[in-house]
Amino acid sequence: MTRQRIPFITELPLIIWLVIVWGALWQDFSLGNLIFGALIAFAVANLFYLPPVELSGRFNPLYAAGFAGRFLYKLVVASFEVFWLSLRYGPRLKNAVVAVKLRSPSDLLVTATGHAISLIPGSLVVEVDRSTSTLYLHCLNVSTPAEADRVRRDVRRTEEWLIRVMGTREDLAILRTEERFEKERAAGT
Amino acid sequence: MADLVSDVMVASLMIGGALMSLAAAVGLLRFPDLMARMHAATKPQVLGLLFFLLAIAVQQRSWQVLPVLLVAWIFQILTVPVSAHMVGRAGYRTKHLRKDLLSIDELDEVVERAATKRRESDPAGQ
Amino acid sequence: MTIVVWIVGAILGVAALCAVYRVARGPSILDRVLALDVLLAIIGGALAVDMAVNGHLDNLVPLVAISVIGFIGSVTVARFVTERK
Repeated sequence: MTRQRIPFITELPLIIWLVIVWGALWQDFSLGNLIFGALIAFAVANLFYLPPVELSGRFNPLYAAGFAGRFLYKLVVASFEVFWLSLRYGPRLKNAVVAVKLRSPSDLLVTATGHAISLIPGSLVVEVDRSTSTLYLHCLNVSTPAEADRVRRDVRRTEEWLIRVMGTREDLAILRTEERFEKERAAGT
Repeated sequence: MADLVSDVMVASLMIGGALMSLAAAVGLLRFPDLMARMHAATKPQVLGLLFFLLAIAVQQRSWQVLPVLLVAWIFQILTVPVSAHMVGRAGYRTKHLRKDLLSIDELDEVVERAATKRRESDPAGQ
Repeated sequence: MTIVVWIVGAILGVAALCAVYRVARGPSILDRVLALDVLLAIIGGALAVDMAVNGHLDNLVPLVAISVIGFIGSVTVARFVTERK
């Protein structure tokens, strides 16, 4: 069986994650246990081959914390909102399938955005177009194009956060151009 | 005193988690079609489990258990959207979706276009 | 605390009944899978409540196992439903 060699550095995040899981499951973060876990993680990562995930090599912990906070807040708000909707409207609910075009072509970012969106109640990824990085979302309680627009803006803001956390430099450049454009338009009117 | 505070916290977290389970079930009962039910079914579970796990963490009052609880929650975070997407996609493709309940459907035209293109390139059919 | 346990148990019981009703009623197989998923989550919640009330961690592995079973089950059924036609 031939396979392409993965450089150790791209394997590292996976191995670190596996070691953390190992330590957590034993509830023992002593050095010996962690080293043994690292050996097992290395063996597992090499025996059960997975296609490598292309990371961007950037990670901003500050924005990650901000993203986590925003995510938890939206999770709580939206969970209660779905509860309320099911009680208030029930069968008389209008939904919509909305296409959202994302900025980044990277698989990782599209997946991460889709995951975050799916976890927040009220929206669900039905289909993904990988070639144009478009997500098709099914949204609860959307009946007008204006509301669909709001969903779109919200998803793109989620993506913006994720780009700031772990996007590539190209994605960041897109973000900056967009910001400048917005500013000029605001100044122009 | 500390006991009372932690007891109150555990109690309210457990009730919150139970309410999230109830939200899932009520949504399951009352929503009109598969996709709407899916929203109610998959998502509140995530918050519900978080509440329950936090209740355990508060009750145990030790840092040792926190990582394993976090790992349990992260596993749920990773798996729930995938299964929701799979079921949702299957529901959309097999026409379980009630189109009369949709106000906007931007995927429909894309699917139609792809279908006509396939028919043109392969006139004999499948 | 006992009263709280009773309240939580009652809420979870009602939720489980709703889910079972949807399993029995559900017009399509996907509805049933979804409802079973919710039922598994409710069982997981009950396991977690047991841990929180009695102060042990023995149910943690079953909890993770249950969510994995739910995941694999719904993905498998969804795949078969998509492939069948």
